[in-house]
Amino acid sequence: MAQDTIITLRGVTNRFGDHVVHENLDLDVHRGEILGVVGGSGAGKSVLLRTITGLQRPASGHVRVFDNDVYEAGDEDRAAIEARWGVMFQDGALFSSLTVRENVEVPMKAVAGLDPEIAHALADLKIAMVGLPRSAGDKFPSELSGGMRKRAGLARSLALDPEIVFLDEPTAGLDPIGAADFDALIRGLSQSLGLTVFLVTHDLDTLHAVCDRIAVLAERRVLVSGTMDDMLCVDHPWVRSYFHGPRARAALHASEEPH
Amino acid sequence: MSVDDTAELVIETGAEGRAAVLRGPFTIHTVTAAEQRFRDLDPAQALEIDLRPVTGFDTAGAWAIAALTRRAKAAGGSCAIIGATPSMEALLDTVTKALPEGEAQAPPPVTLTDRIERLGRAVAAAGGALAGLSGFLGLFLARLVRAVVHPREFRLTSLVHQCEEVGVKAVPIVALMAFLIGIVLAFQGSAQLRQFGAEVFVVDLIAISILRELGILLTAIIVAGRTASAFTAAIGSMKMREEIDAMRTLGLDPALVLFVPRILALILMLPILGLIANAAGLLGGALMCWIELGISPAMFRTRLIEGANTSHLMVGLVKAPVFALIIGVVGCRAGMLVQSNAESLGRQTSNSVVMAIFAVILADALFSIFFAEMGI
Repeated sequence: MAQDTIITLRGVTNRFGDHVVHENLDLDVHRGEILGVVGGSGAGKSVLLRTITGLQRPASGHVRVFDNDVYEAGDEDRAAIEARWGVMFQDGALFSSLTVRENVEVPMKAVAGLDPEIAHALADLKIAMVGLPRSAGDKFPSELSGGMRKRAGLARSLALDPEIVFLDEPTAGLDPIGAADFDALIRGLSQSLGLTVFLVTHDLDTLHAVCDRIAVLAERRVLVSGTMDDMLCVDHPWVRSYFHGPRARAALHASEEPH
Repeated sequence: MSVDDTAELVIETGAEGRAAVLRGPFTIHTVTAAEQRFRDLDPAQALEIDLRPVTGFDTAGAWAIAALTRRAKAAGGSCAIIGATPSMEALLDTVTKALPEGEAQAPPPVTLTDRIERLGRAVAAAGGALAGLSGFLGLFLARLVRAVVHPREFRLTSLVHQCEEVGVKAVPIVALMAFLIGIVLAFQGSAQLRQFGAEVFVVDLIAISILRELGILLTAIIVAGRTASAFTAAIGSMKMREEIDAMRTLGLDPALVLFVPRILALILMLPILGLIANAAGLLGGALMCWIELGISPAMFRTRLIEGANTSHLMVGLVKAPVFALIIGVVGCRAGMLVQSNAESLGRQTSNSVVMAIFAVILADALFSIFFAEMGI
């Protein structure tokens, strides 16, 4: 099956001083899939996300999104790429001086001729789509719980109907019920909006429940990528202990139970 | 599914405002125009929306159609969608389900009662802040007494460190500031007094104004800006990271460990800084008198001893510990008011500086009245 590749990384190297985070890293993300990136603490998962979204220029290598090189595109091309992706940061990264609704309206300001009332209604719609109550729109980020801030951050990243959404640790710090709800939300939105999702996570339940494909970051590169079943067959010590540890088995049972 | 933003959405409305055919991209870029046209349709009719020629469709488009459908239902009409692809239908379905009920409520208008209420709350809050400050002062004094009774609990190392931070490191800026003030006073004073041939009284002017008021007041203001903010930031960030709570669970009293060394260091250091400021101010004044008026340093000294007695110096320095107490209490208490977000840290830090400077000037005014009444 020929797949449409939407993000391509080739030979990406990232280093901070002497510390090499990524070396010759290759990665492909296909249109419409949900890719989960896993790796140990300090393996450079968030750095990878920042590299793709243009926040962390790699020492060498190419990052292509929608067939445009992110770091070599001109200002206009760059803006066009940015309008087609949305990023949800770990704690939402909402603008603290704006209400949730105003936060969601921020990206819409770039749309010429959009009626403010329609922007208002669309922001309310996005807030409802991520499962926040209507009253949340008038609140400031500091008045929300961690889970609600994440949802609000997701609503803002979805403001312009992006084709790709980047999620940094979407379920970190959530209680199991909130995390399961968030998993279902990601799955549901990606299906109904036709999203490509790039998510960085530690949460094995999320990997089981949401991801079509998993990429394992270890030894400064993408060690393996494939479906969950592929991961279970990989014979690498770290991958084995990650996917066959006690927590992994519990998550596997949990995901198989409903069948 | 890349969509040209500039492409036009063409809407052809049929007879009697009942049907519409949409042609082109129906996205957030074109939704404003579409929504206006949709408003013209009569929702009480059996409407038909033809989406077959639509080339792009996003949640904004789906929202417009879902809103129209809802209006039609509310008005007793109906709205049929023709030619939606499965992905469009899925999107439409999601949006229809998520569409918030009813119109958003407008915020109630601000009435006179609201304004009066707000004023009342502000006054009550100011009163509460004052009560909180005096409570904090009481806490500090109680812990100070405790430290005297149980010297083992007192943190001498911390006191010495704070003395260096608030005292020694402030010497250059305080001395420079006072030196420049001395120069300015001499310069301005000589310009005015020369008109009356009374240049020599410039020395009295400099001595009395610096020793009595300016030396210590300006030092206190600089220290308020420098130290009150540092206290608030240090204690506030500890509060933010739950370090204060951790101290309490470990049986450490934050007041004894954090506040007493800081405020005590300030009380010890501010009179010394004031003295340094006085000396630097007189030095600056003397230098300017020598250059500008030809009053030699020896003559300046004679005039200084004749014109200004030690009571001026005492009046100045006696204020220093009081100012120090005010600055320390305001700075530490603002730190304890910090909540668990970075914004409140910034707000409290700037609050503590403004409040400390204001309180110092207020206290200075009260001192002036007191000394004037007492005839000192």
